[in-house]
Amino acid sequence: MPHIVIDKNRCKSCYICLNTCPKGLIKKSSETSRLGDYLVEFEDKNNECIGCAMCATRCPDMAIVEVHK
Amino acid sequence: MQVFKIPDSIKKDSKYTFCPGCDHGIAVRLVAELLDEMNLTEKTICATSIGCSVFLYDFLNIDCIEAPHGRAVAEATGVKRARPDNFVFTYQGDGDFASIGLAESMHGALRGEKITAICINNTTYGMTGGQMGPTTILGQKTTTSPMGRFVDTYGYPIHIAEQIALCDGTAFSARVALDTVSHINQAKKALRKAFQVQLDGLGYGFVEFLATCPTNWKMTPEDAHERVRNEMIKTYPLGVFKDVTSD
Amino acid sequence: MSEKVLIKGNYAIAQAALNAGLECYFGYPITPQTEIGEYLSGEMYKRNLAYVCAESELAAINMVLGASSTGAKTMTTSSSCAVALMQEALSYACADEVPVVLVNVMRAGPGLGYIYPAQGDYYQAVKGGGNGDYKMTVLAPSTVQECIDLTYRAFYLAHKYRNPTMLLADGLLGQMMEPAEFGEYPYPEVDNSSWALTGAKGRDGRAIYSLGACEEKQIKRIYHLFEKYKQIAENETDWEELNTEDADILLVAFGSMTRNIKAAMNELRKEGIKAGILRPITLSPFPTQRINEISKQVNNIIVVEMNMGQMVNDVKIAVEGNAKVDLINRPVGQWLSVEEIITGVKKVLENSYASV
Repeated sequence: MPHIVIDKNRCKSCYICLNTCPKGLIKKSSETSRLGDYLVEFEDKNNECIGCAMCATRCPDMAIVEVHK
Repeated sequence: MQVFKIPDSIKKDSKYTFCPGCDHGIAVRLVAELLDEMNLTEKTICATSIGCSVFLYDFLNIDCIEAPHGRAVAEATGVKRARPDNFVFTYQGDGDFASIGLAESMHGALRGEKITAICINNTTYGMTGGQMGPTTILGQKTTTSPMGRFVDTYGYPIHIAEQIALCDGTAFSARVALDTVSHINQAKKALRKAFQVQLDGLGYGFVEFLATCPTNWKMTPEDAHERVRNEMIKTYPLGVFKDVTSD
Repeated sequence: MSEKVLIKGNYAIAQAALNAGLECYFGYPITPQTEIGEYLSGEMYKRNLAYVCAESELAAINMVLGASSTGAKTMTTSSSCAVALMQEALSYACADEVPVVLVNVMRAGPGLGYIYPAQGDYYQAVKGGGNGDYKMTVLAPSTVQECIDLTYRAFYLAHKYRNPTMLLADGLLGQMMEPAEFGEYPYPEVDNSSWALTGAKGRDGRAIYSLGACEEKQIKRIYHLFEKYKQIAENETDWEELNTEDADILLVAFGSMTRNIKAAMNELRKEGIKAGILRPITLSPFPTQRINEISKQVNNIIVVEMNMGQMVNDVKIAVEGNAKVDLINRPVGQWLSVEEIITGVKKVLENSYASV
């Protein structure tokens, strides 16, 4: 099933992915980073992810470490 | 089916030390992806430069030599002439490539050195905290042009990719951006070509990446990408300015 | 090539470099060393070796840095005011531990100066014109024969210790012809496989860099370099000595300025003045300890230089006040004649007796 894997340790909370996902499946998490910034999380209740990898393409920190189609 | 993974050429357990939203991260990843895809990792020697780009050897699992400020193309020339079978590229900022190192960068192109030069243009000196650089756009405020860059005092910005395209030894010169998915894909295509012309012995390959510096521009990462679209691309149009492989 | 040939110093250096296995040359013309680049341009083309007419000395030395980082035997040659341009990269080369070979055929300074010979770059060479704590290895030939022998040694030492090594000649040596013998390159090849950049095949990537990134790392790096410099000093310090056993005065000179002091010493001895000679062959490391030993036995030490007095200060440091140290000099042009040296020595002796 198409999905992504986010590595919280790589995420720097730039939130570029939030605007990039065409389905809006990435959102701010309630969890914070070491620096106190909200991290992001992937939530796909309705199996909307198509594995387009646009989020991974734009993530400057390779925090979206895997994309499956 | 896995369609994205961290490239093998990236050092295991390494993490970028760039600021949040900095496009260096994307550029380095594209380099790594192409090294993987073109099977170059084991024969590559990279000349890194001074500035935010200096840490490249912390991220890429390839052989690197750190060049003094502005001299990466000269170092790459030395490496390539000594070891013509290796794949040699430089990774520099706009200050390094087009200000302090303009002579070396251009003479490398004029000699037609069979190397690939990568220049990350973020219109400022990032590492030192946002001073005016050679590519700072007219009107742009920096810490050393607090009223904005105006011609009388500060002169004109340089259009690097166009200048390099004018050199007879250049085989490929392009300007790309990293603000959208389609621009990133185009950037990778251009970089692949800039790598390939070296492998084919055609001459100097060059790619200028328009990149963000959210920290020194004092913008959020997405606003910074908005600036790339609305200001930078207008001043520095994207495109291929020279390609000896096209008819 | 074991027969003597009549050859100019610059050509001797160029041919010796080829014999030593030179793979890459990068350079920019400047009098009085241009013949080296001219000679090599043709010879290296014939041998299919890398030769680049660089756009500047700045570029040349950085091309050397790049080529040396692959372990290739690489050289650039230049002269005084242009060697000044290379200082940044030499500091990097020391920090990066890259085996650069650099020839400085000195001319007069400061500034553009003049194309006549001088020894005004002693400080620049041994103290370092670049930033930070570092030491190059510096060799000073005094004859065309030594231009050959020390070019061989420069390649060996540069690669053995991975430290930039400079051959500090001057316009006199570069431009004059003397009979000399090349022989074979006498040193073993140094294995550089543990550090040279070759592409990360079957191993992790290597980085040659000087960025400390934190205080602790930087301190470690500097101590590591100075441990190496200590080793170089212990193993490689070299000098020539003549008649020091019974000497009352010691003449110290390097490079072409040593050429007449032997004759002057003989003349002085005929007149009953017991003179001896010490000629440093390595200026860095400097024969400090030996000069200190001799200084305990002699009354006067007289340094003969073609500058306003540079090595004389290293001699003073070595002497530690054990003997009186004086300078006989000429800033530019010719070596001093035998008569000039004798007159100078006598003047020094008169003054020092007067002051007793």
